[in-house]
Order: sequence, then C-alpha cells, then structure tokens
Amino acid sequence: MGLGAYVGVSAALFALGLICIISRRNILYVLFGVEMVMNAAMINFAAFNHFNGGGLEGRVFVVFLIILAAAESAIALAIVLNVFHLMKTVKPSEADFLRE
Amino acid sequence: MNLNRVFYGALGLAGAVAMGAGLQSAGGPGLAFGFCAYLILGGAAVCIWERSIVRSAFSLMATFLGVAGLFVLLGSDFLAMAQILIYVGGILALLLFGVMLSPPDNEERSLARVGAATVLVGAGVAFVAAQVAGGVAGWVMADTLPAEDSHARAIGLAFLDPKQYVVAFELAAYLLTVALVAAVYIARRRRVDYEPLPASAGGQD
Repeated sequence: MGLGAYVGVSAALFALGLICIISRRNILYVLFGVEMVMNAAMINFAAFNHFNGGGLEGRVFVVFLIILAAAESAIALAIVLNVFHLMKTVKPSEADFLRE
Repeated sequence: MNLNRVFYGALGLAGAVAMGAGLQSAGGPGLAFGFCAYLILGGAAVCIWERSIVRSAFSLMATFLGVAGLFVLLGSDFLAMAQILIYVGGILALLLFGVMLSPPDNEERSLARVGAATVLVGAGVAFVAAQVAGGVAGWVMADTLPAEDSHARAIGLAFLDPKQYVVAFELAAYLLTVALVAAVYIARRRRVDYEPLPASAGGQD
C-alpha cells in the first residue's frame, strides 16, 4: 500500500468529518466531526513520515496532536455542560441569546 | 427503516469490496489496510447516519481503532498504543459523558441536510483532488522504507532531549494541566445551583 492509499483514506475521513460538522444540529456531533478531522490529520502526519524515511518528526507531531485533542475535548465538554446549564439546549442554532 | 437496511447493506458490501481490493493488490498487508480503512470510513459514515447519538458515539470507536490499525501498518506501534489509550479510553469516554446531555431527538438528522452537505464537501474534495492530482507523481519518496521496529524509546529520548522537543513537551504538559483544571473550573456547579432561591420580596425573580 503506497502513500496515495493512506492519503486517500485520510481525505475521505476529513470529508466525512466535515459533513458531520455541517449537517447535524447538535453540538456533540460537531465535536465528533472535529475528532474525525483531527484523526485524518494524524493519519497524514504518520503516513508522510513513514514514506519519507521514517524519522521521528511526524510521530512527535502525532503525539502532540493527541495531547491537543485531549485538551480540546475536555474544554469543549466543559463549555457544552455550561451552555446546556444556561440555555437548556445542545443545539448550536438555539444558543443565540446574544442576538436579542 | 427500509432506508436503514439499504444503508447497512451497502456498508457491508463496501467492506467486502475494500478488503477484497486490498487483498488483490497487496496480499496480507493490503487486506489489513482494507480492513482498517473500512473500519475508519464505515465508523464515520455510521456516525453521520445514525439517529441515536449513543450509536454514533460508539461507531466513532471503530474509527479510532481503525486509525490505530493504520498506525501499526505504518510501523508506529507507540502511536497506536497512545491512540487506543487516549482516544478510545479517554476522549471517547468524555464524549459519551456529553451524550447524557442530549435528549433523544429522532428528527434531528435530516437526510436532505446530510445530502446537501455531502454535495458541498464532495465538490470541495473533487476540486482539491483535481488540483493535487498532477503533483502526486512528483512527491519525493524515500528509496527504502524504514524497518518495522518500535520507536517508543527513540520518541521518549527525543522528548527529553534539550536539543529536540523538551520545550514543546513541557509546554504540552502545562497546556494539558491548565486545560483540565480549567475544564473542572468551567463545568463546576456553583453554590447557587444547590440552594433554593430566596423568596423574593421585591417582586423580582
């Protein structure tokens, strides 16, 4: 399996994540989509690293991406908890009281 | 319901095709690649398709496990381990915790919107693919692929080497600490939440 196959899978996963982000009306699905997009980026880093001689750079980037994803999802969940507490909804389109 | 059967039937068929194509083109490793790619994309597709958010969250587990499988195929066993430990064990558990906030809503998924998003994103992907397609042939590839061995030791040493990643590593540790403390702080219950509101004297609530 060459580099193209890995990049293809990663591009497809990125597209599915983007579809998930824009088509579902629930903040949690937006988070799921963001996780998919980050996984696609991680596959790319690991694949390009492997097919360019296998140094450490790409792998280290993936480790940092995983750390970033963990921090991001903890903060995002705390924000979702607060939004739900304040507005009793998890739909992004209904959290709009600044508009009034 | 009927549509559901069509979707899952197509999904199963796609899995068989992916694994068959992998086996045809590259033998055992190709089969493993096809299986992992099928887990990744099938999990993501089910996540978008399913009405129930719990099923969507669990289908993401297939996606994360498939990515871990791709890491193994790429010779990065350390990354596969970290992926399973942190993504499947930690992040997915956090997301499942968030699922409890979401009241069941069978009308939330609209196929029209999913279709429109698919067309939109598909057009974008097709555009980018057309731009990139010519350049792929010119990508610089290593002459020999690296041997399959564990890089855990090398990664650990690189993280603690002052000439390499020690600053980024410590900053990441700091970021994670701050993020988790901040998450607890943001999500905490305030005292007001527990105590009943005092009886209002002035007519305001």
